[in-house]
Amino acid sequence: MLASKLFRRQIGFAYLMLLPGSILLIVFTFYPIVRGLPLAFTDYSVVDTTHWVGWRNFHRAFTDRIFGTALKNSLLYVLVVPVLQILSILMAVLVNNKLRFVSFFRVAYFVPVVTSMVAASIAWKWVYEEQGILNFLLMKLGVVREPISFMVETRIALYGVMIVTIWKGLGYYMMIYLAGLQSIPGELLEAARIDGAGGWRVIWHVTIPLLMPFVLLCSLLSVMGAIQVFDEVFVMHGPLGDPAYSTLTTSIYSYKVAFQDFEFGYAATIGLLVSLIIMVFSILMFRYTRRGGLTYYD
Amino acid sequence: MTRTAASPASSRPVRRRLFRKKALQAAIVYPLLLLTTVITLGPFLWLLSTSLKTGDNVYAYPPQFIPNPITFKNFTDVFGIMPLWRYIGNTVCMTALGVLLNLMLCTMTAYPLARLRFPGRNAIFFTMVSTMILPNAGGMIVNFLTIRWLDLYNNMIGVVLPSAISIFNVFLLRQAFITVPNDMEHSARIDGAGEFRIFAGIMVPMIRPAIATVVIFDFMAFWNSLIWPVIVLDDRAKYPLGPALKYLNSNLAYNFPYIAAGTIISVIPIIVIFLVMQKQFINGMVGAVKG
Repeated sequence: MLASKLFRRQIGFAYLMLLPGSILLIVFTFYPIVRGLPLAFTDYSVVDTTHWVGWRNFHRAFTDRIFGTALKNSLLYVLVVPVLQILSILMAVLVNNKLRFVSFFRVAYFVPVVTSMVAASIAWKWVYEEQGILNFLLMKLGVVREPISFMVETRIALYGVMIVTIWKGLGYYMMIYLAGLQSIPGELLEAARIDGAGGWRVIWHVTIPLLMPFVLLCSLLSVMGAIQVFDEVFVMHGPLGDPAYSTLTTSIYSYKVAFQDFEFGYAATIGLLVSLIIMVFSILMFRYTRRGGLTYYD
Repeated sequence: MTRTAASPASSRPVRRRLFRKKALQAAIVYPLLLLTTVITLGPFLWLLSTSLKTGDNVYAYPPQFIPNPITFKNFTDVFGIMPLWRYIGNTVCMTALGVLLNLMLCTMTAYPLARLRFPGRNAIFFTMVSTMILPNAGGMIVNFLTIRWLDLYNNMIGVVLPSAISIFNVFLLRQAFITVPNDMEHSARIDGAGEFRIFAGIMVPMIRPAIATVVIFDFMAFWNSLIWPVIVLDDRAKYPLGPALKYLNSNLAYNFPYIAAGTIISVIPIIVIFLVMQKQFINGMVGAVKG
């Protein structure tokens, strides 16, 4: 009797607690998922009446040269992933040394992670100036003879932004890899050494395989981030991906189509196509992760 | 370090060999550590250096690494050139509101899902988690339309509301609530504590580490936010720091030291908080991903 009364009191309390959060989730998380799909098949704009246009937006996307450029740039942006992961692993190995002041360096490397992308982009824009510090150093070291226009040259502008993304992510992934390195049991390394494995063989046959689950997780995170890159491009090169669309990515383009041209239907179509690409990427990586055995070790 | 490995007979050579190994390690590792520091902190230090320069030295070539003379004029002037106090105020307001709402709503949502028994519990939880994988193509667009429909356009509430609760946080807090031992709850029940008292007085204090993680995540997300405030706010006077700096960077580019000073001011709070709570920051951000 008492138990059932307590149980009933709990049910009411539970629903009451869930109510406010659920309302917000329904409005701002579930509704966009449900509403985004049909929106992609309309010509919805704030000013005009809305019509169902079928696949027209998709046809438009496939023939839209600018969207093609944006898509190409977004896929090219995935190049940051291997560079970012390899560099962060090396940094993790570096700060895993038991030396004095190492923890100071760990903290210093994490500073870019906590600061805003706006601040980072402004700082890097200044570093990239033609008369700026990077060109000065490159010329001083004899790497280049003429200053490079990192911001203006269409062939390298996108790579300039990629460097900012990599730079800002290093500390974060380094910390994850450091946790990974420190979770490898010392006895395992010891055992390998007793069996006669040298330093490099221990790294190659013990450390790297055990670190693999972390590598796959981090790669997945950074692939998703890379395809959806927005802030750094927006601050450094504006909503058009200057110069000459050379830094335009799909997220930037979708923002421009929606909030500057007010073509919400077409913007939803672009968003849908990009989500499909991301889904394909993550399914592929999830399958690969399974095979890699993320579960075996955690 | 070396003392533990030493046995009386072989003490000297072993110690010397270990010492040499340690010295070699230090000789390789420290230069690399310093080089990496130059790369990771360089851009901000260069910005700081620029913000402390007088007008003629800003574009000097070869560049001045340490400003001479050092001036704080840019920092004092920048408050006159842009309504920086207002932007800071807006940012503090937005961040405080966002973090508080997340704390309340996420703990309130996570608690029943973790510890109370009621019909539909698993269904609700799995629906929530599934949205983390489903594509959210029109997210920003549909939310913008909803905000306009709710008449919250150009309003700080409209900026905060869509991210006032995050499923990721709910998930994290639910995991934490599950691990709280049952004894606490039982003894409180025997003492006659009500459901809400058990939740607010016993359970929430028990999961402080998870709450710290949520606070840090949201603090960073709101303080550093850029595009959603730009979309929702029409009036630039209502902008938080991120969007304001972005626009000033485009419009005030001819006077870069002011931008530099403004940017430095905008990152100081978060860097200070990070340095004070570095353990929680790093553990929280890394642990949330691993777990």
